[in-house]
Amino acid sequence: MTTPLNRLKQYKSWGRYPTVEHKAIHQIHWRSDLPDVNQFEETVLPYGYGRSYGDSCLNEGGILLDTSYMQQFMVFDAEQGLVRCEAGVSLEQVLEVIVPCGWFLPVTPGTKFVSIGGAIANDVHGKNHHRAGTFGCHVTQFELVRSDGTYICSPTENAELFRATIGGLGLTGIITWAEFKLKRIPSPLIDQEKIRFANLDEFFAISAEMDQRFEYLMSWSDCLSGGDSMGRGIFMAGNFYDPPLGAEPSTKKLKPFVPFDLPSIALNTLSVKAFNAVLYRVPLGKRVRSIVHYEPFYYPLDAINNWYRLYGKRGFLQYQLVVPFEGDNEPIREVYRRIAQSGEGSFLVVLKAFGDIVSPGMMSFPMPGVTLALDFAFNGEKTLKLLDELDMIVREAKGRVYPAKDARMSPENFRAYYPQWEEFAHYIDPKFSSSFWRRVTASANGQ
Amino acid sequence: MLKIMIIGATSTIAQETARFFATEGAEFFLVGIPADKLALIKDDLVARGAKRAEIYEADLTDFDKHPQIIESAVQAMGSIDAVLIAHGTLGNQKAAEASVEVALKEINLNLLSNISLLTLLANYFEKQRRGCIAVISSVAGDRGRGSNYVYGTAKAGTTTFMQGLRNRLAKSGVAVVTIKPGLVDTPMTADIKKNFLFSDPATVGKAIYLGMKKGKDTVYAPWFWRYIMAIIIHIPEFIFKKMSL
Ligand SMILES: Cc1cc2nc3c(=O)[nH]c(=O)nc-3n(C[C@H](O)[C@H](O)[C@H](O)COP(=O)(O)OP(=O)(O)OC[C@H]3O[C@@H](n4cnc5c(N)ncnc54)[C@H](O)[C@@H]3O)c2cc1C
Repeated sequence: MTTPLNRLKQYKSWGRYPTVEHKAIHQIHWRSDLPDVNQFEETVLPYGYGRSYGDSCLNEGGILLDTSYMQQFMVFDAEQGLVRCEAGVSLEQVLEVIVPCGWFLPVTPGTKFVSIGGAIANDVHGKNHHRAGTFGCHVTQFELVRSDGTYICSPTENAELFRATIGGLGLTGIITWAEFKLKRIPSPLIDQEKIRFANLDEFFAISAEMDQRFEYLMSWSDCLSGGDSMGRGIFMAGNFYDPPLGAEPSTKKLKPFVPFDLPSIALNTLSVKAFNAVLYRVPLGKRVRSIVHYEPFYYPLDAINNWYRLYGKRGFLQYQLVVPFEGDNEPIREVYRRIAQSGEGSFLVVLKAFGDIVSPGMMSFPMPGVTLALDFAFNGEKTLKLLDELDMIVREAKGRVYPAKDARMSPENFRAYYPQWEEFAHYIDPKFSSSFWRRVTASANGQ
Repeated sequence: MLKIMIIGATSTIAQETARFFATEGAEFFLVGIPADKLALIKDDLVARGAKRAEIYEADLTDFDKHPQIIESAVQAMGSIDAVLIAHGTLGNQKAAEASVEVALKEINLNLLSNISLLTLLANYFEKQRRGCIAVISSVAGDRGRGSNYVYGTAKAGTTTFMQGLRNRLAKSGVAVVTIKPGLVDTPMTADIKKNFLFSDPATVGKAIYLGMKKGKDTVYAPWFWRYIMAIIIHIPEFIFKKMSL
């Protein structure tokens, strides 16, 4: 009933890069037994399930407060669709409790092995960003324990701390519990449609129409082909399936989704094959429809435990950017070109249009525009250089890079992406810090 | 729906086990200390689907109160279908070696309190002629080891007591389930460095839940400990005594 964690916890991040040593790990088992963080000499940082890729969940030389053991529900209101639970409860556990009662998460990232605390601290987004915004948009209140006291935060109470903590990277205090609204669903099934697009032009043309028709929408795109087929790919869209009365299909009989829907393992022959398989299954201009369970639709990667291992010991880097819509979206095209040229390419990338729902989160990543998530096996300098180049494109386009997936952006770029960082810094608890934060504010502090 | 009494309900393993029963809509009578933590567990189980949960604060080393605990449970619930006894401490072996008092305190909590509770519960279930009595013992009771033989003694005593009880209650149709967890990542083991033998409490909770539902005799949790212990038990004593375990 609790999510089997990576119990040999190594307190690393998902990308295995960088790896750092911590002074100590402090497990929190009961929300009634929180440690007084003032007792520690070093700074502290909450750590959920370590599903962040880079160093935002690490605190080199400091202390990690492992909040993943706090897994108690407090309230599930099955009438109103509201959950209040401890911050270490995983999305998987929430689903186990709410789906049988006809509810779903308002927003979910591409893995269900994420804690509620982590979902808030990174203000995560999902395939329905254009309809529902980020996770933080659905949070009604939470408790924040800081070195100077305990605060209940909501849009009306301690509102500034509320805004700073959503997307606040764990720096504003420990979220002990949170309350959030759920979404009604007619069944746990998804009415899915796949549509192939021949290049980026087609992507943009179809995207607008798809946004209207589908609540959940993302696409896989090929980053290596150039010319006329640059950015070719496939939309995967869906709405919750409303079974006609009396014709409820059994979820058990359904085939477990296209077996080729494997993760975006960069440059892995398997993924090349998988991509082609999916692509050729869906003829150009045709829509392929199917009814699938929500699991493979939202969480195709969760079926493969610890898939980061596929990248070996050196780890890998994720990179997620967003750039505002503009004209013929030249910056996105430039990103594709750069990657194809570098040969470092992430073979498959996730491509999606974000909507314009504004999150309460001060440091929230999404903005209206196009987002692209890529992963790169870590090949030292070469990889870092390419990402620096991509950073320049994003910065010029007034876009952003996602801290939850970052291990290397420069302080200058960070400050350009998030000019509000200085305002945010007022709300950071002085006892809290992270490797990420020290890195991106390094020269700003004159260090 | 099942009516389950959990003694030592704040134990992590007990909580995980209870969550599985909760999704079936079970009713709970939760015994242990402190009351505020029992209240947190109650809310958790109800949110996860439990039809009802009552809490009862009791220090389990106060043996005189044991009859009252069981009477209160029967009164509150009408009857009890299953009981899980889960309280205990890992103790400090070194301290127990240095002090008779500490050693006996360990035995008192981890063995004698079980004997007291089980004696009362056995009579209840024998009369009821159905139900399930489950106790969390440990693989540590399968063979004495230098590093924790005081704890191991309490668990070995519990295991043997349960064996006898099983034999006695088989005639009455009552299942007597001895649970032997291996190394589990809980607050009890917070200070021990984790290795690959450690299991997630949820995995152990599920094994207990299934073992109780099926009325198994002995549940190793997870299952592979059965084989590890089979090997450990068969190491000749003249070798074993020289090993540092
Ligand atoms: C396969 C995969 C797919 C993903 N898909 C998406 C996606 O589609 N969209 C998306 O937005 N993200 C996605 N992510 C990223 C992931 O959702 C976020 O990194 C998430 O925050 C991880 O949660 P966690 O519980 O593992 O937290 P961690 O990674 O352990 O920590 C993340 C941050 O939360 C803070 N934190 C954790 N718990 C608390 C607490 N109790 N109180 C205060 N701060 C806390 C930490 O200090 C840290 O700053 C994906 C990750 C993976 C591995």
